[in-house]
Amino acid sequence: MSMLSQAPAGAPRAAGRELTFGQAIKEALAEEMRREPRVFIIGEDVAEAGTVFKVLSGLVDEFGRERVIDSPISEAGITGIGVGAAMTGMRPVVDIMFGDFITLAMDQIVNQAAKVHYMSGGKLRVPLVIRTTMGATRRSAAQHSQSLYAWVAHVPGLKVVLPATPADAKGLLKSAIRDDNPVVFFEDKMMYQVKGLVPDGEYTIPLGVADVKRAGTDVTIVATSSMVQVALEAAGRLDGTGISAEVVDPRTLLPLDAETLIASAQKTGRVIVVDEGYQQYGVTAEIASVIAAGAFDSLDAPVARMGAMNVPVPFSPVLEDQTVPTAEAVATVAMRLCGRA
Amino acid sequence: MTTDPVIAMPDQWLQMYGQMVRIRAFEEQVNELYTSGKMPGLAHLYIGEEAVAVGTCQALRRDDYITSTHRGHGHCLAKGAAVDRMFAELLGKEPGYCHGKGGSMHIADPETGNLGANAIVGGSTGIAAGAALSAKLRGTDQVAVCFFGDGALGQGLLYEAMNMAALWKLPVIYVCEHNRYGEYTPAGEASAGDPQARPAALGIPTDEVDGQDVREVYAAALRHVARARQGGGPGFLLCHTYRFRGHHVGDINRSYYRSHNEEEQWARERDPIRLLGLGLIQQRMADAAALERIERDVRAEIAAGLEFALAAPYPDPGEVTHHVYA
Repeated sequence: MSMLSQAPAGAPRAAGRELTFGQAIKEALAEEMRREPRVFIIGEDVAEAGTVFKVLSGLVDEFGRERVIDSPISEAGITGIGVGAAMTGMRPVVDIMFGDFITLAMDQIVNQAAKVHYMSGGKLRVPLVIRTTMGATRRSAAQHSQSLYAWVAHVPGLKVVLPATPADAKGLLKSAIRDDNPVVFFEDKMMYQVKGLVPDGEYTIPLGVADVKRAGTDVTIVATSSMVQVALEAAGRLDGTGISAEVVDPRTLLPLDAETLIASAQKTGRVIVVDEGYQQYGVTAEIASVIAAGAFDSLDAPVARMGAMNVPVPFSPVLEDQTVPTAEAVATVAMRLCGRA
Repeated sequence: MTTDPVIAMPDQWLQMYGQMVRIRAFEEQVNELYTSGKMPGLAHLYIGEEAVAVGTCQALRRDDYITSTHRGHGHCLAKGAAVDRMFAELLGKEPGYCHGKGGSMHIADPETGNLGANAIVGGSTGIAAGAALSAKLRGTDQVAVCFFGDGALGQGLLYEAMNMAALWKLPVIYVCEHNRYGEYTPAGEASAGDPQARPAALGIPTDEVDGQDVREVYAAALRHVARARQGGGPGFLLCHTYRFRGHHVGDINRSYYRSHNEEEQWARERDPIRLLGLGLIQQRMADAAALERIERDVRAEIAAGLEFALAAPYPDPGEVTHHVYA
């Protein structure tokens, strides 16, 4: 099954290989490290172990321990070191094993990385990438399951990337590494083994350009990261009922491609925003508001929001599975919006 | 205490004397600006601690890095920042070092290796290690100095960063300005044990100096910088000093955390500028007239810098959205 409905801009459409999401990430890192000697990786168990998810396996063999640096379990410290190295001519990629652990590095992300360029009047730059993970349904409970990108997206000066396919992951990560700003890159850890078609050859995907993953006419489902696949499944179910759903993936929250989201809403008149972050004060609220403001005259119904339940993610499978939006639930909301339920 | 011989030439001592006078005069003017309502924001004065910044920065090259604190004017000047553009920044003016976007607590000047003052206590302890790692990866022999106060001894990031600096032999020197008070709390109530025992436990060489004696600070800084530059790894310099004024300019009534007698005694007996001046006269490296000349020149520079800043324009309002992203 290919998750890639559109080849990225500038990529040869026909050619491509099946890669897992994890392989695509590693390929992006390896290519950028070959291209640019200032790129290095630092994080917990990133070298011989290749991270707890094995995403970086083998990179240390090619680039050595000077450029793939195993760190102590010190999230704040490695993020601070990344900021300092970025300010002085390097292009670090900091690996924070679980997205939940960005909490430990928040001062360095929010008060240091995000502020340096502005507070210095543009004199200092922080070309830093923080790679981390997100997502529930691994039975990992409340401290290893959160999708905390809304915290980061709240802060000006940062960029936030949420890739949903192997091809997007590769092209977006290469852009993130080349960006002169701090970029926080959230990978769905449930997706590392998912395969998809990745274009051959060199390509990048610009930050701030949404992707229409599936065209449709009756309802727009705006979906981020893990929820893109959920939305595509929901769209498949809706096909059976005669409702044509369009699935739009913003791909980056900061910058946000409001134009593409608004255009889709204007086309379909009905919008559901689906995201795995907590619903309260979350990403769905911001996106729904942007769409409501930009496409108000075209909307046939209020924008619907579907996020994670406002509870710490529970351990028991019976409990955990309720907490994130499912394809069935998304399809049900779409039917209601379209007056079919 | 170090017993190293004095290792600078007379003109270097005079230069350090002038730099300390510059910081003192600058800050006295900041006090004046603040209390007369001309300066927005907050002002945390460095008066009394000048020997730490000057002695340390004298041991550095222009292309070495420093990270600084919320009490950072002294570090910026000691590393080579200009008085006029610093005043302009403090007043929120366009020609300020950060175009008026940083203010007193965030002055950065990459031209002189100053990676920025930092308003988060301990916030730059990782950045300094990162700059040192960067120097190592790029194959330069630059070093990074991380200034921090005794208040930062309570921040965990300091120990995360020092641990990695020690593991990887990074050329970073942690300079603790132990001024005895973290905001309004005596250090003894805020940090347990001997501050040097903490880096020592990580295998980091430490030194303890009289932070009021610029000659001691300079000698110790030279040793740490030379070792770090040659690949010997991090160092830790504990400088005993004293904040002559309050935590910030508005901290006037201080009797609930320290006595007037204590303040008077430090100002009378332990003023770093007076100590160096007397030492230079005793060793016949300078006479009183030479020191007065230095002071007169510095006061003229301060007055001109202030005049420049007061006359400088504010940033264009449209600047507010510039530099959010590079």
